[in-house]
Amino acid sequence: MITRRRMLFLLPAAAIAYPYVLAGTPESAPNYGSAKHWWGMLLQVDKCIGCGNCVRACSAENNVPEGYYRTWVERYHVTGGPEDSPKVDSPEGGIKGFPPSPYTGGKNFFVPKMCNHCVDSPCTQVCPVGATLHTPDGVVLVDEKYCLGCRYCVQACPYGCRFLHPVKRTAEKCSLCYHRITQGLTTACCENCPTGARQLADLKNPDDPIHEFLRTHSVQVLKPHLATGAKAYYHDLDGSVR
Amino acid sequence: MPFDGFMYPNEVELQWSVLIVVYPFLTGLVAGAFILASLERIFHVEAVKPTYRLALLTALSFLLVAPLPLQLHLGRPERSLEMYLTPHTSSAMAMFGFVYLWYLMAVILLEIWLEYRKEIVLLSQSTTGLKRQMYRLLTLGSSNLSEGALKVDDKVGWVVSLIGIPSAFLLHGYVGFIFGSIKANPWWNTPLMPVVFLFSAMVSGIAIVLLIYMATCKLRHIKIDMRCVDTIAQYLLYTFIIDFGLEMLDLIHRIYEADESFHSLNFMMQTKLFFSQVVLQIALGTVVPILTLGFIQIFHVPEKVRKLCYSICGALTIIGIFAMRWNVVIGGQLFSKSFLGYTTYKVDLISREGELIAAGLLLLPFIILAVMVKILPPWPRDEVSAAD
Repeated sequence: MITRRRMLFLLPAAAIAYPYVLAGTPESAPNYGSAKHWWGMLLQVDKCIGCGNCVRACSAENNVPEGYYRTWVERYHVTGGPEDSPKVDSPEGGIKGFPPSPYTGGKNFFVPKMCNHCVDSPCTQVCPVGATLHTPDGVVLVDEKYCLGCRYCVQACPYGCRFLHPVKRTAEKCSLCYHRITQGLTTACCENCPTGARQLADLKNPDDPIHEFLRTHSVQVLKPHLATGAKAYYHDLDGSVR
Repeated sequence: MPFDGFMYPNEVELQWSVLIVVYPFLTGLVAGAFILASLERIFHVEAVKPTYRLALLTALSFLLVAPLPLQLHLGRPERSLEMYLTPHTSSAMAMFGFVYLWYLMAVILLEIWLEYRKEIVLLSQSTTGLKRQMYRLLTLGSSNLSEGALKVDDKVGWVVSLIGIPSAFLLHGYVGFIFGSIKANPWWNTPLMPVVFLFSAMVSGIAIVLLIYMATCKLRHIKIDMRCVDTIAQYLLYTFIIDFGLEMLDLIHRIYEADESFHSLNFMMQTKLFFSQVVLQIALGTVVPILTLGFIQIFHVPEKVRKLCYSICGALTIIGIFAMRWNVVIGGQLFSKSFLGYTTYKVDLISREGELIAAGLLLLPFIILAVMVKILPPWPRDEVSAAD
């Protein structure tokens, strides 16, 4: 039974707890059923031309601060066998495209990178307050109202996808344009890719072309030995890509 | 360009600064000092008795400062309380607050209070004015000095010490686990990390108490108890040998296994970390003290020379352990997770995470210790009056 004395204790406790309860509440998106989706992305290395459209679109869509990247493009130059170290560059994350390659011979190719929205994401595991979270539709998000800025998640991400926002002082990364995909749109990077090298994939939607693609093509994930359950699926990924 | 080769674009900036070097260094000193104190209490090593109380106060001084570097490092320090209110149970870091509080409240403070209760009560009766009020407050209302009550103090203190040993292991082993469990970083990712952290903590804690004891004797113009410092030096040597053995095991394992990260890490040790790892940590900070302390064990060395050797070895040990923390924390961020490039850490002099703040945090425990020694003198009563 709640007595007056208990009420006196409970009210301040509830007042302290309330902002934290609110901070953990996801933004509402009417008509969107998160349980009906399971998002990932298909990235086709053979189609990427290194134009940097995706990086620019992401930067504009998400107000990414200069010098930091939610997505970026790497250019690989590989000669000889897999034992040779590849030559890699990504000037300003490829936001302005790439200058001509200084290397001749061997092969050159571009690799778009982004958060892998891992199923067993190390960044989510290590966050001391749960500010990095898995949404029910398979997206890894950061709650900026809750993040402490301890940067343990940045250390734990094997793919270098995270950074500390220089103004907000909280962790930041690709949100898979969650504000767009929950409105039935695709991500900014996918929408602006001129060759279709990036395709948003809904693995729970049986009509999504991803299923046909996965059945008929060979796909890989980055650093599979780390068993993070990455959902950025790469087609035509060279063994030298790190 | 601040980096060589290829870094992922977000990696160029180092995330964990010198303050994160200071944090495991301070907690290591806490755990080590406490373990030295428990040698007397639990294992009845009578020779180290003169340092028992001093070691406890040292542990508390460093423990009080230990969370400050973390707090200063946070991007949003005003939210740090969330770690207590809504901890994420799968996070190694989330447990810090609880392990810290447990260690502070249930182990260190309780043990110090029980150890000093008799003095506090006597001081609350013999002093006047504000001092009297302070000591009366410190008695926590318990002023019973009967034989039975003191016996209970002693028994409970013993139990707290006993619980304190695994707690000290937990405190610092846990700090090692924070690094050792990061599978994305091969420099950190080893199950040996908590054990290495633990033994290096013991080494640094023993060394700091040895140095503080010798310094306080000099300041108080009191003869150093050579039996005491010889025994501490002996324990320092033993833990050093285990610590060095573990570190070498880790190194040899990495060299023999030579996984995909090996070339990257090997390059770092030969270039960016050569001075801090090979020269400071291994040669000056470990090999020289082990050889010197070992030599003293085998050959007869005059007292004066021994004292000098202990001071030099203690100082080298502290520098070496700080270098070890530096090599782990900073070294682990100097190479790209693509293993294709290296970056550089440039520490500012004056900034929230700069050298000046780090130096201040390293000095602060000594100031706290000086105040605490005034309030709760750790020396035997006859020595107090002799020094006065």
